[in-house]
Amino acid sequence: MSVVFYLIAALTIAGGLAAVLLKNLVHSALAVTVAFGGLALLFLSLDAQFAGFAQILVYIGAVAILIVFAILLTRGSDLPKDGVFSRTWIVGLVIAAGSFAVLGWAVLASAPSMSQQTAVPAVTVHDIGVALVGRYVLPLEIVALLLTAATIGAVIVAMHEKGGAK
Amino acid sequence: MIDKTIISNLDQIFLLLQHWLVAFLPVGLQPVAAVLLSVVAIVCVFPALFALTTVFERKGLGRIQNRIGPNRVGPYGILQPVADGIKSLTKEDIVPSSANAPVHFLAPMGLVVAVFMGFAVLPMGRNMVLVDMDAGLLFFFAMGASTEVSVFMAGWSSRNKYSLLGAMRAVAQMISYEVVLLLSSVAVVMISGTLSLPKIVDAQNQYTWGLPHWYIFTPWGLAGFVMYAIAATAETNRSPFDLPEGESELVAGYHTEYSGFKFALFFLGEYLAMFSISGLGTTLFLGGWSAPLSSLNFIPSWIWFFSKLMLSIFVFIWMRGTLPRLRQDQLMNFAWKFVLPFTLLNLMVTALWRFMGEGWERWVVCSAILLGVWVVMGRIEMRSEHFGPRSYRYAE
Repeated sequence: MSVVFYLIAALTIAGGLAAVLLKNLVHSALAVTVAFGGLALLFLSLDAQFAGFAQILVYIGAVAILIVFAILLTRGSDLPKDGVFSRTWIVGLVIAAGSFAVLGWAVLASAPSMSQQTAVPAVTVHDIGVALVGRYVLPLEIVALLLTAATIGAVIVAMHEKGGAK
Repeated sequence: MIDKTIISNLDQIFLLLQHWLVAFLPVGLQPVAAVLLSVVAIVCVFPALFALTTVFERKGLGRIQNRIGPNRVGPYGILQPVADGIKSLTKEDIVPSSANAPVHFLAPMGLVVAVFMGFAVLPMGRNMVLVDMDAGLLFFFAMGASTEVSVFMAGWSSRNKYSLLGAMRAVAQMISYEVVLLLSSVAVVMISGTLSLPKIVDAQNQYTWGLPHWYIFTPWGLAGFVMYAIAATAETNRSPFDLPEGESELVAGYHTEYSGFKFALFFLGEYLAMFSISGLGTTLFLGGWSAPLSSLNFIPSWIWFFSKLMLSIFVFIWMRGTLPRLRQDQLMNFAWKFVLPFTLLNLMVTALWRFMGEGWERWVVCSAILLGVWVVMGRIEMRSEHFGPRSYRYAE
């Protein structure tokens, strides 16, 4: 664990904390963007170029923009009167702790099964491409189908307004 | 015949200069200093090019619009950018009182930083690339995508309806055309089999009968380049896709509420984005730094790269002086109903090209498919349009 790791980790955690603690919704969305960027840097520091850049492209370029658009289009950036904290925050805390425990258990349990590698495996973009359309072609197709369905659904939702008499 | 060593020394002159300068430092500092020197070079060269381009653009537009253009500061107005720079540095920096100050402050910086990062992977000459990444193309697009956040930040934090509308337009437009930009570049990746930009240039740097193997000289490459050029124009918010800053409706779009040096940063960011996207187009389709004829290889590679870059900039200026601005619905229809389907078709044709193997058949088949679909799609989409003699409703 180097200094770089701690710097990036601090940045990511600060972004995540700011996202839940800030009062302004757009500020929270921007803080989430910082956290996404920190995660991308973590991938990069692990020599996973493809994952890191894809993280920036997808999460900062698309997901963050989607979030701010959703906030703006629903006029949700105004501060609610009863504070930003939900009354059922304790349930949320339990769910979050539960999912964290499951994830942590899975990671810790999988650690011994991995061979103690000394050298970093060199994964090139070419290998990722071959794996994507070879071994993992079925998941890829399922994701593609899901996205197509989502697109068609979005078109139908958008078309609905035209038919309604106004 | 000029001596071979002089030619190769001229070709590598910046690298030699870098090695010579770095050699003065202790060995431990040398790698860091080498990278720093390259970064400084990029940070100096492109803003200088930006300053030249603003004069070039104003003079060119002036010529197109039958007027003279700037001609007061220096000979032929060449020192105009210096005057503009001093003006923007000395102007008062106004932040609207209802603006969201931190976000308002961070937006221009985020934009310029993200745009500068894109230059890191562009090969600007033989061996002249700052970082040769395995996934360089992906890095470039990742940086391009993160400028959208800055644009949104600028528009939202200004608390101005024009800024917000401009930012929404800009982001919607950038997302729509980014899909096309990515997909048209994927065709190149499919043929060259790599995401590393120097390797893509190497793949094009071969000659048959003295003619280069640039991708633009293949059917799929030409179609891909046209689609890339359209998407690049939209991505950089240049005319005819400059709705986000349509001055007749939105004052200046997302940077309406910026003044002084922050405005200059936005201006710089816009032009730098233009340079970097032209540089990427040059690298992907126009052979990067390779010479257009094998007999012209004695001219240094960086001269070719920057000539191609400036040629693209000239075309950008030319289009700005020629084409009227699109409407919002025309912009979106054009992107999703014509450019995107055609780019997807181009991907199929590229795969066909790849698997048909060498020979003249693939030239005929691929050209026929692309041309046929181009004509049919054009006919179908233009069917509802009626072009007759222009009629003036109010100016008769």
